[in-house]
Order: sequence, then C-alpha cells, then structure tokens
Amino acid sequence: MPLSDTPAPMLSVQDLSVWFGDTHNRFQAVDTVSFTLAAGESLGLVGESGSGKSTILKAITHLATDISGHIHLDGTPLTGPRDKSFYSTVQMVFQDPYASLHPRHTVDRCLSEPLRLQGATDIDNRVRQVLEEVGLGAKFRFRYPHQLSGGQRQRVAIARALVQNARLLLLDEPTSALDVSVQAEILNLLSDLRKDRGLTFLFVSHDLAVISHMCDRILVMHQGKITEVLQDKQLQSGTAETPYTQGLIEASRGFTRKEMAGA
Amino acid sequence: MKRFLTVEDLWVRFKTRYDMVEAVRGVSFSLGRERLGIVGESGSGKSMTGRALLGLVRPPGDVSATRIDFLGQDLHRLPEKKMRHIRGKEISMVMQDPKYSLNPVLTVGEQITEAYRLHNRVSQKIARAKALEMLEEVQIRDPERVYKAYPSELSGGMGQRVMIAMMLIPDPKVLIADEPTSALDVTVQLKILQLLDQLVEKRGMGLIFISHDLPLVSSFCDRILIMYGGRIVETCRADQLDQATHPYTRGLLQSLPDIRHPRERLSVLTRDESWKQEESVNAII
Repeated sequence: MPLSDTPAPMLSVQDLSVWFGDTHNRFQAVDTVSFTLAAGESLGLVGESGSGKSTILKAITHLATDISGHIHLDGTPLTGPRDKSFYSTVQMVFQDPYASLHPRHTVDRCLSEPLRLQGATDIDNRVRQVLEEVGLGAKFRFRYPHQLSGGQRQRVAIARALVQNARLLLLDEPTSALDVSVQAEILNLLSDLRKDRGLTFLFVSHDLAVISHMCDRILVMHQGKITEVLQDKQLQSGTAETPYTQGLIEASRGFTRKEMAGA
Repeated sequence: MKRFLTVEDLWVRFKTRYDMVEAVRGVSFSLGRERLGIVGESGSGKSMTGRALLGLVRPPGDVSATRIDFLGQDLHRLPEKKMRHIRGKEISMVMQDPKYSLNPVLTVGEQITEAYRLHNRVSQKIARAKALEMLEEVQIRDPERVYKAYPSELSGGMGQRVMIAMMLIPDPKVLIADEPTSALDVTVQLKILQLLDQLVEKRGMGLIFISHDLPLVSSFCDRILIMYGGRIVETCRADQLDQATHPYTRGLLQSLPDIRHPRERLSVLTRDESWKQEESVNAII
C-alpha cells in the first residue's frame, strides 16, 4: 500500500521485513514495513531504541542482509550487494562522529577516497568545494579527526556523503551525540544543503523535536512496525491518533510531577 | 530550609605538560532539601563539580576550595579514611550509563549487598532481605529474578533502577545524579525520574541533578545552576528558566528545536569571550 500519491517515488519500500540472528535464535527487527519517499522530501523515522528504525536504513544499504520484501530506488529494484551507482546516489551519515571517521586518515583522504573509487578526475577541486560547502574551509583539509571537535567531525561526515553528489541522504541520529548549540548548527547546515542541492532525506531520530523540525512527514515505529504516519502539523498540535505516539509526544514535553500515591 | 552542603570557591585544575586546564573555576553553591539542577554543555565543568564533592577527581586533577561543608564537616580537608564513611553512606552518586557502572561479572544481588554491608555490619541474610526490599522500592516487578541476574541480562531502564537501588540502600542524605537518564528512551527516562522524585521526597534527601537537557531540568528540578567554561553564569528557579537573562542561557534555549513553535532555521549560539572572564555567580542560599 503506497502511502503517498506521488507518481514516481525516489525510494519505495514494500513489505520489508528484516531478521537478525541464525535459525534457532532468529529475531525479527522489522515487520512488513512499507513506505515511499518522493524526491526532495524529508521523511522522518521516529521511535524508541529497538523499534527497528535504524535497521530499515541498514536494509536499504544492504548492511542487513536477512530480509524479505522489495526496495526500489528510482524505479530499479535493489538486490544483493549495492553497486557504485547506488553509492553515488545514496549515502549515510552516522550517529557518532567519533566512531565513523578513520582515526589515521586525514580529512582529505576521507573525502577523496570515494571519488577515487568512482574514477573521478577533478578530485582536488571537489574536495575543496565540498569542504567550503559544509562550512569548514580549506584549512581543515589536512587535519586528522582527533584534531576536530564533534561538530566539525559531523561536518566532515556530511561532506563525505555529499562529495559524490549523492541525492538521498540516510541520516541515522546525526545530532544526538552533540551539544544542543552544535546540534542547531548541524541541523541548519542540513536544511541549507537540502535546499541548495535539492536533497532527499530519510532522517532517523528518537528526538521528536528534532524530527519535527527537519521532516515534513514522520513515520512512528514501534516494535518493528509503523504504527502511525504523522504530518509535522499534527506533532505541533499534539494530535496523534495512537496512544503510543501520544505518549511519546507527552514524554518529549518534559517531566510532570505526579502526587505520591498513599503519601 | 535545612542545608546539607555548602560549597565555597571550588576549583578543579588539571596540570598538563604545557599548561593548566581549569575545569571548574571558583564555584559557590549550597544544597538544601531540594532538587538542584546543574546544566551546561560538554566541558562546562558540571560533572567535575559533582565528582569534586565526593573527592573523586583523580590525579593529575587538583581540587581546591575555601570549604566544602557537609553538615558541619569540611569534606575538602577530611582524610581519605574518613571520606570513605561519607562516600556512598552519606552522599552517593548515580552515573550515566548502567552498562559501564555495574560490574559485569557480579550478579545484581552481590553488588547491592556489598554496597550495604560496607557500611552496615549485618549478616548476608539480612543484607539480602534489605536488597530485595530495595529492588522492590525502585519498582522492579520481579526482585528475586533481578537479584540473581547479571547486568548484561537487564535492559537499560532496569540497569538504572538497580544502580539507584544500590546508591540508596545505605540511606544517603544527598544523591548526586550525573546524567542518570541520558542513555535511556524518553518514556523510560520519565519513569526513572518519577522514581527518583518520589524517593527524594519520601526520604527528605537533597538531590544534585547534573544534565545537559535544559527542558528536562527545568521541568524536574527546583533550582538551576547554569555552568559555562567552569563557572556558574546564572542561577534561577527551575520554573523560571524561560525568563533567564544571561546571553548564554538565552542562546542555549533558543538553539533548541521546539515542536510547538516551529521555525525555518534554528538560532545559533555565538559565544562571547567575556563570558569566560565574568565572576562565577554565587548560588548559596
């Protein structure tokens, strides 16, 4: 069942199920999930830990291989290990910028390697340009990750995703390891890049405020299933249909003191 | 209000090969029978402040203070041997991640009874009964099972309840909670806070709640200290955080995305060098 009426979605996921573990101890992390993502859209996946939101990204990139269902990118079915053209269209940004950059590779190497693999020729120019675009500039080019702050590292990770001109970014909690003031900078950068480059986002987060800021449409996940599809307007007004989502919205508003029972 | 702690002019310095890093710079505050929130970003000195109170800053870190008064005793000048009677028994601390704070090769029961028997000369049998009672108090449904479980067999929320049980079993007067719920899902987070809240209320404890989460602290605590660059830049009643005046606090609040008031772009905090030169605000009341 398609969830949006757009004629040719950029990404379509149909009846996706994902399992982990071997036959005796097989655990189903994602349970028949279907959605489509139009070009230029920003779609959010929200849910608590273990709800299967990151696993969906892993299935799209073939990092989780025990799956059933269909995934189409630009109308072409994705099966087996992904090829070069997939990676030049789809790129991922991970949660922890301290773990996602090679500690002994300079920023330059980290950004030029994917280009070299692609057989690009104007590597020097493109590295310089993308560094400028993510707000770092040339002086960061030959630094190692340990010489960068968390926010700067996340900018490098975003640059790495964009250097091959990817059009679809899979963002897995890209700001949850950062301080709020740095989070604001990175979220602004992502919004700007999306506008300038016409990017499409699939944005995973547990933070409702962040996801409602970044996304037009939000899928709420619970125990491997999509329980509700929300428009960001609904989040603002706090009118979710399922009690689960309503609970999430209330929880995101902070602590409410309850009187002690029997005190 | 009864005053548990009075901290006056607390400094924590780290000497490196080339220079001196000052993690906490001349902080003064008091803690009564209240929930005191310390908020700030990473590197603001909030965790170091909590650790310094318990003498948990390791060398080369150096702590100095005019006084750290705990019910008439100056903790800063207390010999380590006497400090051990305070630490855990009178003042205890809950850390962020139960995965790293619990001993993975001891069962939950062994760890809780150890904490209890360290400060109370009782038999294993009494300690066990007390531990089970405590596990029940932190709302663990099946205390017998959890008592025998290893930390790896528990979920994050359960692990944090066990930590709280372990810290509360010697019946401390002050609890320092350093990001106690940051590793947990929002709904679990609220349950843990609910629990902490009731325990603090029931036992008349003082709570120092260290967190980076402004909205959470403002909804949970009574009073807040906002730290930046090792200093307290502002202090206010928790429910009046939205009226905070310091540009740093205002900047932090405005950089948060808000579900109910969406904006095209988030405002970015511009840091002012002068904030680091300002005197730390005195938060003794």
